[in-house]
Amino acid sequence: MRERHINAILLGGLLLTALAAWGLDQPFTITLATKVAILALAGVGLNITLGLGGMISLGHAAFFGIGGYAMGILASHAQSYTPLMEAPFLIEGTKSMPVIWLVAVAASALAALVIGALSLRTTGAYFIMVTLAFGQMLYYFAISWPAYGGEDGLSIYVRNGFPGLNTLDPIQFFGLCFVLLCLVLLFVARFSRAPFGLALTAARQVPARVEAVGLSPYRLQLAAFVLSGAITGLAGALFADLNRFVSPAMFSWQTSGEIMVFVILGGVARLCGPVAGAALFILLEHWLGALSEFWHIYLGALLLIVVLFARGGLIGQIAAKEAAHD
Amino acid sequence: MSSLLLFEQVLNGLQLGVMLFLMAAGLTLIFGVMGLINLAHGSLYMVGAFAAAAVAAATGSFLLALAASLAAAAAAGAVIELGVIRRLYDRDHLDQVLATFALILIFSEGTRWIFGSFPLFLDVPDYLSGPVTLPGGIQYPLYRLVIILAGLVVAAGLFLLIGRTRIGIQIRAGEADREMIAALGIDITRLYTLVFALGAALAGLAGALVGAIQSVQVGMGEPVLILAFVVIVIGGIGSVKGAFIGALLVGLTDTLGRSFLPGLFGLFMEPAAATTVGSALASMAIYILMAGVLLFRPRGLFGVA
Repeated sequence: MRERHINAILLGGLLLTALAAWGLDQPFTITLATKVAILALAGVGLNITLGLGGMISLGHAAFFGIGGYAMGILASHAQSYTPLMEAPFLIEGTKSMPVIWLVAVAASALAALVIGALSLRTTGAYFIMVTLAFGQMLYYFAISWPAYGGEDGLSIYVRNGFPGLNTLDPIQFFGLCFVLLCLVLLFVARFSRAPFGLALTAARQVPARVEAVGLSPYRLQLAAFVLSGAITGLAGALFADLNRFVSPAMFSWQTSGEIMVFVILGGVARLCGPVAGAALFILLEHWLGALSEFWHIYLGALLLIVVLFARGGLIGQIAAKEAAHD
Repeated sequence: MSSLLLFEQVLNGLQLGVMLFLMAAGLTLIFGVMGLINLAHGSLYMVGAFAAAAVAAATGSFLLALAASLAAAAAAGAVIELGVIRRLYDRDHLDQVLATFALILIFSEGTRWIFGSFPLFLDVPDYLSGPVTLPGGIQYPLYRLVIILAGLVVAAGLFLLIGRTRIGIQIRAGEADREMIAALGIDITRLYTLVFALGAALAGLAGALVGAIQSVQVGMGEPVLILAFVVIVIGGIGSVKGAFIGALLVGLTDTLGRSFLPGLFGLFMEPAAATTVGSALASMAIYILMAGVLLFRPRGLFGVA
């Protein structure tokens, strides 16, 4: 089967699931589908560093969390009618999703710029450890900073609004997340074939040659890292809005690991790999979680099997023949 | 008063540093010899702590508990090396990260399954509890002092093992050139299992020793694992000496930062704000230290360029 057909089936399946659940009046299933779309978006962000750039970041929870807190901080100020900042100029909180998304993207891109600039001075195992450590740093910062809930996190009572939509209606919020996911996927698909994406792929494969033609692998990778962080940050803002709650757990190393698991279960560097991975993860969580309280054991075993024996993930298995021709 | 407090906090920092060294030494050896990044090292720390708590509860003997922690962690290490880890040596780091992440999931949930979600307690034995008066009239918990000494003794033993024994020569040769020592007739697969079990035993011992001052619970290993990564990034991958210096630096920075930064900010800020800013900054201090090292020595203080 061709990868683009699989992608169409995956996205179509997600959309149909949500629509069917809407028709059958199953709001919980719609919420699950929304969760898949949002987590897939986070994975699409990580897939840029991991798949295209070959940088193994174990710190993407940092950007997921920053996106979440961007939503939490802005909305909590709006719901308590206190300005975020009074001097030197007034900044008010907001309940408007587009504004929150912009802030989340900007803040996580900025954090990715700083973390990336430092982490990309290293490669290989160092890079993994450094990104993991910076993620943990933000986790402890979120815990020790009492102004926004500290360890308890922040609750937002009413979901933020989007002009012209009723975001409290599960299917409308799903639609919003789904459209965002598709737009970002479209962007990434074009981006990976554009000169920048090709140069980035080359910087992964043979950095020396990229350097020889006058491009800087460091700057290419840093730009990709920032883009990746921004997308994961956007997903964080949506995830916080889905739960109407942010907590330091969004920053935890488990979150980084789980985002990576979505990418891997689906298939690294596959456009819709994160969608397949996130869907599989949520299904497993739902089914195995009902079966046993200790479902993480089965998840761990499955992950081990995928890593040891089924390289290429779900899409890699189905689209194996096509990959062999590349 | 202030110098007494400083001295006490320096000892606390040393205690944290020495325990971090036990973790980081195993990680850095495993990375140096086998080229493997092992996220499941924190699970071995947890296994050691749980084994110690279980044996202490059954027998009441602290020494038996320590022995159990060493044995259980080394055995768990050897089992995962034989079953999973040895398939990963030729893989890239991504596969290693994922497989060891999967091992964390299995270990954590497995432990929760066996022991339940509630923390266990490992008591400090009577002969090691209570304060001891140090020269200068400082009262300091005897157990923490013993941990520092035990850690230093293990560190010295490890340096001797690596520097002076035949196994140590093989380990160092393995770091330098894996194919060559295999060609010289050393059973490399056995050496790998041995190094992995040794690293696991050190992690298990650290877990048991720390378990007596903190609670023994699922998930206790990973924060320590990440601290040990910071240690390794600062010290340089593959260098046991770097791990030692890095561990002490991290231990002291973290402990002293937590106890003195809020006071330091209090000199020029109002108390409430100083506590907030100081404690938030203290929680980030070691990562800022790591960022500084990355700026000037991206391969760590003792890493080979």
